[in-house]
Amino acid sequence: MFDNPSNVLGRLYLPCVLVVGLGVIVLLCTLLGGDQIAVSLTEMLIRLIVVVGLYMFVGNSGILSFGHIAFMGIGAYAAAWATCDPDWKSMMLTGLPLILQEHQYPFLVAVVFACLLAAAVALVFGLIILRLSGIAASISTFAFLVVINSITANWDTVTGGTSSVVNIPTVVGPWTAFVFAAIAILAAALLQTSSIGLMLRASRDDEVAAKASGIGITQLRLIAFVLSALFVGLAGALYAQFLGILTADIFYITLTFVAVTMLVVGGVGSLTGAVVGVVVITAVTETLRAGEAGFHLGSLALALPRGTQEIGLGVIMALVLIFRPSGLTGSREVPLPSGARRAGAAVLAVNAEKPRSVGPR
Amino acid sequence: MIGFLQNLLDALSLGSLYALAALGIGLLFGILRLVNFAHGDFITLGAYALIVPSSADIATLLIGGWTWVALVPAVVVIVVVVALVSDALIFRPLRTGSAPTLMTASFALSFIIQNGILMIYGARPKAINLWSGLSDQVQIGPLTTPKLDLVVIGVTILLMLLLTFFLKRTRYGIQMRAAAENFRMARHLGVDANFVIGLAFAISGGLAATVSLLFVSQTGTLTQTMGQPIALFAFIATVVGGMGSLVGAVVGGFAVGIIVVMLQAYLPPDLRSFRDAFAFGLIILVLVARPSGLIPTRGLAERV
Repeated sequence: MFDNPSNVLGRLYLPCVLVVGLGVIVLLCTLLGGDQIAVSLTEMLIRLIVVVGLYMFVGNSGILSFGHIAFMGIGAYAAAWATCDPDWKSMMLTGLPLILQEHQYPFLVAVVFACLLAAAVALVFGLIILRLSGIAASISTFAFLVVINSITANWDTVTGGTSSVVNIPTVVGPWTAFVFAAIAILAAALLQTSSIGLMLRASRDDEVAAKASGIGITQLRLIAFVLSALFVGLAGALYAQFLGILTADIFYITLTFVAVTMLVVGGVGSLTGAVVGVVVITAVTETLRAGEAGFHLGSLALALPRGTQEIGLGVIMALVLIFRPSGLTGSREVPLPSGARRAGAAVLAVNAEKPRSVGPR
Repeated sequence: MIGFLQNLLDALSLGSLYALAALGIGLLFGILRLVNFAHGDFITLGAYALIVPSSADIATLLIGGWTWVALVPAVVVIVVVVALVSDALIFRPLRTGSAPTLMTASFALSFIIQNGILMIYGARPKAINLWSGLSDQVQIGPLTTPKLDLVVIGVTILLMLLLTFFLKRTRYGIQMRAAAENFRMARHLGVDANFVIGLAFAISGGLAATVSLLFVSQTGTLTQTMGQPIALFAFIATVVGGMGSLVGAVVGGFAVGIIVVMLQAYLPPDLRSFRDAFAFGLIILVLVARPSGLIPTRGLAERV
């Protein structure tokens, strides 16, 4: 992905800032908060991987996907298949291939398996739909979500169907999730500054002009789609090993809504937006959730009615769309420190003065 | 053969519901380029409007107990008002927004309505008895069918004729078609944008209310996601038919109805529970083969 090695430091600045910022939040929460906070924090970090993964495709290609949560489901089931107790699997999930049924694999193997499976499905599905663009593409991704949900909810011998997959080893805590979140952020930053990312962004801003400049849009979109599915699948694997129990309904419309909201509220067009969206929405929903559980105001015990959390989320989403259509960050990245910006400008100026004798214009 | 005809009748009845819902979605898409995810929640809302708002487990009929002459308009008015309020609060400020922005906003609206219902009426499904006389069987030649199926088909045909008359023959209908064809041009020629869009929301809400009444008398249960599956299929119907084309929405609705019923009837029993996966998979294939639907609209072709 490193096309221009001299610029590596510049490209690493953004992910470093985001990861350090996130690290501070994780550190503060684990030091100051109790078990409940640690659980919420882990869930937030996993969702962050989902949203950053989603962003890798949506942010670069400009095609809104409602189907990525299906990849999360695929990753989650893959991890469950790999890590569950073989005795249980040979009793309940009789349709699994023997290599999965009779063995129990370690955490990292399960994660890699989940990533690869999600990416493979994305490759096949992407080959089919990615020549569509705009609304037709978005709707196909939605149809894909329904297809995968229908399969996971009914394929009793492989997914447990309407009963759930239980007793998945729960090994994921906040710091594990943080490490993977950092990897996801780094990968997303490298993708968007690579030539693939830049060409995709050109096609997002003006599809016709990009095509006319010789950019093979379908292929690039496919690459971004598969990569993004890989990370969403990774998040699914972590989620399975965080929850310990899986049902098909987890990976459906509600979670899709939450992920899309996080991305849109933060700003679809920037990685900073994806990260900020997750953190802000989590902070808001956690506050509302605490409100639903009840709080004391002086001697008064108050509780917000059930559903406040979701309605609050919907209202915030609508308000952000109306008042800040490109998200809280305005779809801009964290600015470089002013010194570096000046140095960068100087480099550009020097480069511009060099005579260019060769090369097409 | 008789079995096939029986299935076809079921398909027509189901297709009618999808077609009505698809018309509501297609109308808004044609004019606003809004893919309205909240249409299913308008349908749910119409059904819940029949009972007394409370979180009690047993539903008490309120409007649902009235005679149908009063009941139908009351429910229609309620849903239309909600549709108009949604337009005013959410979609009017977003008039210049892109299609994905509008789609996301409707997603938010859907979430708000669904959880609003959850908050007021509680999470438990409720049984409700509306027009139970309609489930009596009638005999047509060799076929038996509940009266309700015939009512559904009849109402659908009637509403389609009315809508066609409205769109082709009345002043506002013509303005609406002009707006769907080329919104900017229509505005330059003096079409009041907000009025036409409001009208489209009202008709869409009215259609949703009709669907909810027909649907609830079929199923007899209220849940806060009851409208979702219909809207999902209807939504797909508009896409398959050709987004923005109203004829397309109707054709798509019936096509999806036929696909679903026939898959249910003729898939091998082991695969029957995967019906939706097959239906939506088929839909993806239709889209890939014809990205602008079976009946594409001219105004929608993207220009440079």
